[in-house]
Amino acid sequence: MSGKTLYDKIWDAHAVQTDAETGESLIYIDLHLIHEVTTPQAFAGLRSAGRGVRRPELTLAVADHNTPTENQSLGLAGVKDEAARNQLAALDRNVTEHGIEFFPMGDIRNGIVHVVGPEQGRTQPGMTIVCGDSHTSTHGAFGSLAHGIGTSEVEHVLATQTLRTRKSKNMAIEVSGELREGVTAKDLALHLISIIGTAGGTGYVMEYRGEAVEKLSMEGRMTLCNLSIEGGARAGLIAPDETTFAYMKGRPSTPKGGAWEIAERYWRTLFSDPDAKWDRVVEIRGEDVEPTVTWGTSPEQAIPVSATIPDPSTMRDPVKKAAAERALDYMGLEPGAPIAGTPVQRVFIGSCTNSRIEDLRAAAAIAENNHVADGVRAMVVPGSGLVRAQAEEEGLDKILINAGFEWREPGCSMCLGMNPDILAPGERCASTSNRNFEGRQGRGGRTHLMSPTLAARAAITGVIG
Amino acid sequence: MKAFTTLTSTAAALIDNGRLMANVDTDMIIPKQFLKTTEREGLSEGLFYELKTGADGAPNPDFVLNKPAAADAGILIAGENFGCGSSREHAPWALLDQGITSVIAPSFADIFHNNCYKNGILPIVLPLDICQALAEQTGGANHRFTIDLASQTITTPDGQQISFDVDQGRKASLLAGLDEIGETLHAASAIETYEAGRKLSMPWLERKVS
Repeated sequence: MSGKTLYDKIWDAHAVQTDAETGESLIYIDLHLIHEVTTPQAFAGLRSAGRGVRRPELTLAVADHNTPTENQSLGLAGVKDEAARNQLAALDRNVTEHGIEFFPMGDIRNGIVHVVGPEQGRTQPGMTIVCGDSHTSTHGAFGSLAHGIGTSEVEHVLATQTLRTRKSKNMAIEVSGELREGVTAKDLALHLISIIGTAGGTGYVMEYRGEAVEKLSMEGRMTLCNLSIEGGARAGLIAPDETTFAYMKGRPSTPKGGAWEIAERYWRTLFSDPDAKWDRVVEIRGEDVEPTVTWGTSPEQAIPVSATIPDPSTMRDPVKKAAAERALDYMGLEPGAPIAGTPVQRVFIGSCTNSRIEDLRAAAAIAENNHVADGVRAMVVPGSGLVRAQAEEEGLDKILINAGFEWREPGCSMCLGMNPDILAPGERCASTSNRNFEGRQGRGGRTHLMSPTLAARAAITGVIG
Repeated sequence: MKAFTTLTSTAAALIDNGRLMANVDTDMIIPKQFLKTTEREGLSEGLFYELKTGADGAPNPDFVLNKPAAADAGILIAGENFGCGSSREHAPWALLDQGITSVIAPSFADIFHNNCYKNGILPIVLPLDICQALAEQTGGANHRFTIDLASQTITTPDGQQISFDVDQGRKASLLAGLDEIGETLHAASAIETYEAGRKLSMPWLERKVS
């Protein structure tokens, strides 16, 4: 019998029961993260069926998608959009009714759900974690099986603490060697998606392995796992190691003392066996990854920043060709021209992909002794109140503000533009977020995904490059 | 959950440049400004909002669902990787509110695919050339397709029968309109047994109830 992958091990430890006929399993959920946008209908469903929340203490709520990134201390009164305010108030009522821990807007522990979980030590190796948000894959950086679910599934987890699901296949992403100086986890993720495509991971859980992955910081690993969903995968995983344990130690919700030692013994068993069976293996040489940027309206439409914009007329795959033609038209770009030098009007540094302290340090390093170019509006939105406070302690806020960046309060912000931070039609944005879909950051807005380093550089020079 | 048994309806095909649109993402299906609701109903207003309206908000006469022949379509036909992007269940809710209860495409994104089944929508996977051939039979108000889940067949307007695969567990749930939470709660003793074991083997995961 062959060995098990990390995914197999976590799955087996959480299978409550499996229907032999249909292959559907009930999987126990260790941590359920919730936010205001994808839960009101789930709580309403519980209410109308007369059901309660089975394990409120295994549930954590934050307000993040809708929240404005200024004047958060005013609370709900500071939220001008009535629909957003209603949704935030509904979350407030629901968590109170069911006794769920909640970090509301303005609480220093509040922030983007996928920044808060790890920061609080709620995210731990070997756990199953779900949230009504596709970027839940972020938590896989700790060796926990984490993925997004829909609102009906949120209701199911609230009521039963389990999920009905089917096992995915195993994919190994082997990244050998090391990333070159100035190349980040974001570049690696975009490079990977440009190879496998946005549906390349559909039906799989991806495990990122190899020397270049082991050398990443926890922040880098979270960025990499965060983008697994953009490659279509159900989840991304990285086996926990010393880097993981060092990050976790001493956080508010990680085990303490003897409990830590018992947990750590278990965590150290969480790796893929050498003889584990993989359904697919993708190999990447770390040295081959260049600073990468998207040119189109899908994360797979990514190229090295030194490259030229692809020409659809040379594409053989009719689906890719049609998509490229539509994307170039939407983005207002010419095939064959260098992507470097493309002027931007907006810069967004933030999102669950790139709003952690390391990301803000990278942006500040570029901003120091420089100034945002004329005609560019650049915004930095820290991932949580605690990230923001740490950045201020390190003086990053002053560097960024002096350079002409806006220093905002935490939230999802312009990544999806549910709050007032959106692009105007035709505006081009260098963004550290995760989706460059048509209209994602505002109708007609043109998004180029990139690392915080490249985004900060675009702010200073006014162009991609 | 609502049951899905059979559906006889016209179909609308999402076509761009003569081809079925690939990678139709959830932001395209329903943009962010429509996600601030606390209801499941009324979301058809936001369905394909940026495709069906111009920048001024006026209806785009060229968009398929604005054409009289497809106004009542209960079936949507699209290209690869339909529903990629966010986990928003507002996407299937918006389709449902529009009256669309089946989507036919060569492939679907994982979370959207799940969300369909939870809402009584049948996602059907067929090869691209068949999807394209089905799309060519749409367009007239009398061009009706019949989808029969029990026999796993689509009957086209020209009388052809096409069969499709479906997960048998999901098929049974859809046909019965199963209340999945209710079903899982029947397994409460298995969940309790698991929880008791978990408390012993992974005690650090226990938390105080506030």
